[in-house]
Amino acid sequence: MTKCIHTAHWILLFLVAIALLSLTFYGCGPSGTREVRLQGAGATFPNPLYQKWFSEYNKAHPDSKFDYQSIGSGGGIKQITSRTVDFGGSDAPMKDDELRAAPGEILHIPTVLGAVVVTYNLPGVSGELKLTPELAAAIFLGTVKTWNDPVIAAANPGAALPASDITVVHRSDGSGTTFVFTDYLSKVSAEWKERVGTGTAVSWPAGIGAKGNEGVTQQVKQTPNSVGYVELLYAEQNKLPAAHLKNSAGEFVRPSLDSITAAAAGAAGHMPDDLRVSITNAPGNSAYPISSFTYLLVYKEQQDAAKGTALVDFLWWATHDGQQMARDQLYAPLPREVVERTELKIEAIAHQGKPLRTGQP
Amino acid sequence: MNERLIAAGEGAPPLSRRSAMSGFRKSTAFADRAFKLTTLLFALAIAGLVVLIVIETARNSTLTLDKFGLSFLWREAWDPVREEFGALPFIYGTTVSSLIALAIAVPVSIGVGVFLVEHAPRRLASPVSFLVQLLAAIPSVVYGLWGVFVLAPVLGEHVYPRIQSALGFLPAFKGSISGLGLLTAGIILSIMIVPIVTTVTVDILRAVPATQREAALALGATKWEAAQVVLQNARSGITGAVILGLGRAVGETMAVTMVIGNRPEISASLFDPSSTIASAIANEFTEATSDVYLSALVELGLILFVLTFAINALARLLVWAATRRMGQPESA
Repeated sequence: MTKCIHTAHWILLFLVAIALLSLTFYGCGPSGTREVRLQGAGATFPNPLYQKWFSEYNKAHPDSKFDYQSIGSGGGIKQITSRTVDFGGSDAPMKDDELRAAPGEILHIPTVLGAVVVTYNLPGVSGELKLTPELAAAIFLGTVKTWNDPVIAAANPGAALPASDITVVHRSDGSGTTFVFTDYLSKVSAEWKERVGTGTAVSWPAGIGAKGNEGVTQQVKQTPNSVGYVELLYAEQNKLPAAHLKNSAGEFVRPSLDSITAAAAGAAGHMPDDLRVSITNAPGNSAYPISSFTYLLVYKEQQDAAKGTALVDFLWWATHDGQQMARDQLYAPLPREVVERTELKIEAIAHQGKPLRTGQP
Repeated sequence: MNERLIAAGEGAPPLSRRSAMSGFRKSTAFADRAFKLTTLLFALAIAGLVVLIVIETARNSTLTLDKFGLSFLWREAWDPVREEFGALPFIYGTTVSSLIALAIAVPVSIGVGVFLVEHAPRRLASPVSFLVQLLAAIPSVVYGLWGVFVLAPVLGEHVYPRIQSALGFLPAFKGSISGLGLLTAGIILSIMIVPIVTTVTVDILRAVPATQREAALALGATKWEAAQVVLQNARSGITGAVILGLGRAVGETMAVTMVIGNRPEISASLFDPSSTIASAIANEFTEATSDVYLSALVELGLILFVLTFAINALARLLVWAATRRMGQPESA
């Protein structure tokens, strides 16, 4: 029994020791240079690049630390609205009523561009499939059911299309990728717009659902005669084919970093002042039609000067030096026209009315 | 409590016992009460947590509770764009996948249980029951991965086409085959619930008094007939074990999400993709941006909570009733 009491003493001693230790660490933590830590959350699509950016940026600026939780665009918007993070990330721009719900003015800073590709598994078909917008919509609506349908054959003369059923694979989870893809289909197909519409999650008329880009990739890979949509990155990394899509200029365009950037350049002329824009089905001969910006969301009026300065410096770096790194990671860099518009936004970020941009990179 | 402590200290040498005991008793009287209160607090915290979960989920689903009322339970639409929500396809998917799981897992589990208790020599019984327990320790996401990479392709390419050519006239086996769907989900689930059903079955069978077996054998019954007598006695307890497995199957999320095909639709064919309540929540929660959408998902959670709560309560009741009834004569 006395053994028990001893144990209790030991536990007490242990707790006291922990308390003392934590006090010591607390005491020596903030000493030395003032370290700024910024928290962010949001879109999963740019997450690999953001992590790379943060670690590279931190090497050059050891006193600025950035954390990013890739919880999805919806979560990013929610968290920046409730100010639980210093910056949010979203693939789709915020809606008007979402902006109104925020306690301050939120700026959209485009960081890079992504594209959604239509990928497929067609044993025996060499060369990339060509799809018109109507065809893409019909396949995902389930109205074109077999691969040797005359409509597909007409767009792909000479291709040995099998007589098998098309298995459509879509996302089962809500996703910015789905938003971009359904936004495109709604623009090019009245039937899609009316029956399904645009959203991060929609009521799919056909097919099976798989979780995440990796889930859809895997499912298409192992299901013969299937078709799905994924971020370009996933198709490239898994060596899956990506269909060429007919753009608004009537050209069949292969999805590539250049054709994505071309879409942004084509859309830059119509970009509203707040940079919130959908660039699906963008004009331009070489524009890939299912492209989109991904944004960082920041408050125009920063509450903490040190954090605000670090954020502004990082945003400037990301939209300039960071762009080359984006290309290496298979993200399309911003066209020059858009970078110029973005600079104005970064320069507008202020603390107590005073702009935080100091002029150094 | 104190008497028990003294009884426990009986072995101490008698000389020092008295003085040591009185000091000891004073210091433990307070500790004893504190200990009792703390544990009581912990126990109450659990009950409080359950109540809080119900209140919070109900509070967060008021939007859809108001908008759709009870009709949420039988509406079939699930369209986040138009904000039309109904739980029926998910309730259907949850129920059917769980029932398939039970249909496969229950005979296997009872067989394993009877083998372990009635037949297995000791050197075989412990490794077998260890392996069964091990199944329960495998994380659900691992089952899911195995389902996606191994089970679904094998079933889709080799097994389902054969079932279809033999039984294709039944609506349950019509339609196109992709490997992902209700049946695959049910099969994965069955493997996942075998451990719990087996373990509880073994406990129930062990609780059947040995006199019953002996009596049956003494009357000239074969081992098979004796096992039947035992099973007869353990009936309600085993029912409890089965329902406990059902509770597990109903709430299983990750593995099911990965193999069920995630399509909120009611279709007669077991080869078709479907969706369960748990998989819908896991899939759609992160990007549910509108308030009504979020509320619909939380309400799905509320339905699942009520469902599993009811199933578990029923199971516990049956197991408890069975073990108590059978346990008494043995201990008396």
